[in-house]
Amino acid sequence: MSALKNHRLFWPVLVLVALLTANAIYRPSFLAVQMRDGHLYGSVIDIVRLSAPLILVALGMTLVIATGGIDLSVGSICAISGAVACFYISQQPDQNSLASVLTALVLGLGLALVLGAWNGVLVAIIGIQPIIATLILMVAGRGLAQLITEGQIITINSSPYKTIGVGHLLTLPFAIFVALAVTVLLAALTRRTALGMIIESVGGNAEASRLAGIRSRRIIFLAYVISAVCAAIAGFMLTANVSSADGNSAGLWIELDAILAVVIGGTSLAGGRFFFSGTILGALIIQTLTTTVYAMDISPQTSLLFKAVVVIAVCLIQAPAFRDKFTRRKPTAVSQKEQVPA
Amino acid sequence: MLTTGKALTRRHAVAVLTATLLTAGLAACGNSDTGDKPADDGKLTLGFSQVGAESGWRTANTNSIKEAAAAAGIELKFDDAQQKQENQIKAIRNYIQQKVDVIAFSPVVESGWDTVLKEAKDAGIPVILTDRAVDSQDKTLYKTFIGSDFVKEGKLSGEWLVNESKSATGTVNIVELQGTTGSAPANDRKKGFAAAIAANPNLKVIASQTGDFTRAGGKAVMEQFLKAHPKIDVLFAHNDDMGLGALEAITAAGKVPGKDIKIITIDAVKDGMQALADGKFNFIAECSPLLGPQLMELVKKVKAGETVPARIETQETTFTPEQAKAALPTRKY
Repeated sequence: MSALKNHRLFWPVLVLVALLTANAIYRPSFLAVQMRDGHLYGSVIDIVRLSAPLILVALGMTLVIATGGIDLSVGSICAISGAVACFYISQQPDQNSLASVLTALVLGLGLALVLGAWNGVLVAIIGIQPIIATLILMVAGRGLAQLITEGQIITINSSPYKTIGVGHLLTLPFAIFVALAVTVLLAALTRRTALGMIIESVGGNAEASRLAGIRSRRIIFLAYVISAVCAAIAGFMLTANVSSADGNSAGLWIELDAILAVVIGGTSLAGGRFFFSGTILGALIIQTLTTTVYAMDISPQTSLLFKAVVVIAVCLIQAPAFRDKFTRRKPTAVSQKEQVPA
Repeated sequence: MLTTGKALTRRHAVAVLTATLLTAGLAACGNSDTGDKPADDGKLTLGFSQVGAESGWRTANTNSIKEAAAAAGIELKFDDAQQKQENQIKAIRNYIQQKVDVIAFSPVVESGWDTVLKEAKDAGIPVILTDRAVDSQDKTLYKTFIGSDFVKEGKLSGEWLVNESKSATGTVNIVELQGTTGSAPANDRKKGFAAAIAANPNLKVIASQTGDFTRAGGKAVMEQFLKAHPKIDVLFAHNDDMGLGALEAITAAGKVPGKDIKIITIDAVKDGMQALADGKFNFIAECSPLLGPQLMELVKKVKAGETVPARIETQETTFTPEQAKAALPTRKY
């Protein structure tokens, strides 16, 4: 029991279970899942589907934060890549053609690579502080997205594109498989090779890592590019979810949710060690919280306060120093020195 | 090489500065001439400061003002404030210096206008507010406020529903998608709707939640409403976009929008009108951005010294599916 309690993910899991339980008590049918039109249907499925974009953005954010940086521009990149993809599709004579949808995705991803490289150059090469460097694109990027959509909402009618946001595979939302695939890819890339360790080393001390023979700049640059690509895929999901690109509101404030997910997941904002599993759990908690507000119909005037209280509780409960005050156990060093699973 | 470059830059700078001063001087002279004799060329000058270009609605609003000014033969000096009050104040001061005949603007926020409006008043330039109001205590600082009446839009939506459910015997369950929490359109539309449906005790709002005026928000909220409430008869959305998002949630839940669940929205943008014409929506109360022609009429009246009402409503209407079909081909936004 004690070993379980000391596990890094124990408290986030507990919070998630508590939220779901509260919902189930409020309305027992909350957890009910039924088959409809050949796929699963229910509030829990909604949570899984809607959390996919946040998971993606938060995974990229985890790597950036691990290098000791932060990426505020992910929301704008979501909007830009979604806008580019939707704009391209809207210009095609046959919006349902798979080829043109794939081209649209390549365009969106290509642009995200450029934007990620821009962030990377500002931070890694020129040496601007990450919060300032990515703030530039956070602000300017919204303008760019609106430029692409000409200030309008672009509505498209493309079933292949729509699949990314609302389609199903093996009765489950398609989006979650995309998020899963990216997770597996990133986990393999960082944990099956030395890359993960190198990133943690750079985040711990970039200069020491450089002296030890690691090309710190290249690693930091790479983190921003990966983050931008993750954001672009999330942008596709967000726009596909409503079959329209809204440069003004797509992915608005998702960077803050992503940072929160990373922090709930146990990755330190100071950089260093990072935990994908914790980040995913963090993203699920945030989405569950949002859905809870709707499902319980908590009034909009108080919902922000409700969210804030839960988030503060999650953060406090995770802090060993805070818990020890109540349990009066001797603070152990164990909880901070666990081994790192993928 | 370096020194030549520097010298060149400095000479350039001087030249530019001189040119600016000259132009400014000339412009000032030119303006003071028209200021003294406004009927010189018979052309009115209107300085307009727009909030920004944040939505399709706003773009249509801007275009309407530009087109109407051209049609009315009024010279328009247009400024986009990009959502910043300081930009608007700067623009208004510029208009005062240029001695335009009338100043109009859509205030980005409600407060903090007294000083600059006083300056305009002292310079004898009448000010017209469009689309959004200011909270100044001194009502003489501006001539009139032209814009939509959000309460009325909510009321018209509610009245349609009351009329529609006259024959309903049981309770009619309504869910409401509110706009951005605390915004004037969200507050007022909610208020107007609630007042109108109070006429029939069978009409009951069973859930009301914000969808932030966005499609994604409307969809996410509606998905949960549908799961929490097995019997929903009517959806009232504070704008078309939330209604359009909710449409997808309703379809995914295996219900038929427009039939199983009646949908009432506000705005009447093109995508919303299309949904109405397709029978997916049932009723839209218009919130029109096309106040250009009315504004130009006002500019002329104000300049001629005629008294105008302190509050003028934008000419707006409501749409049923048949009316939407008829109006759609000529819809501008």
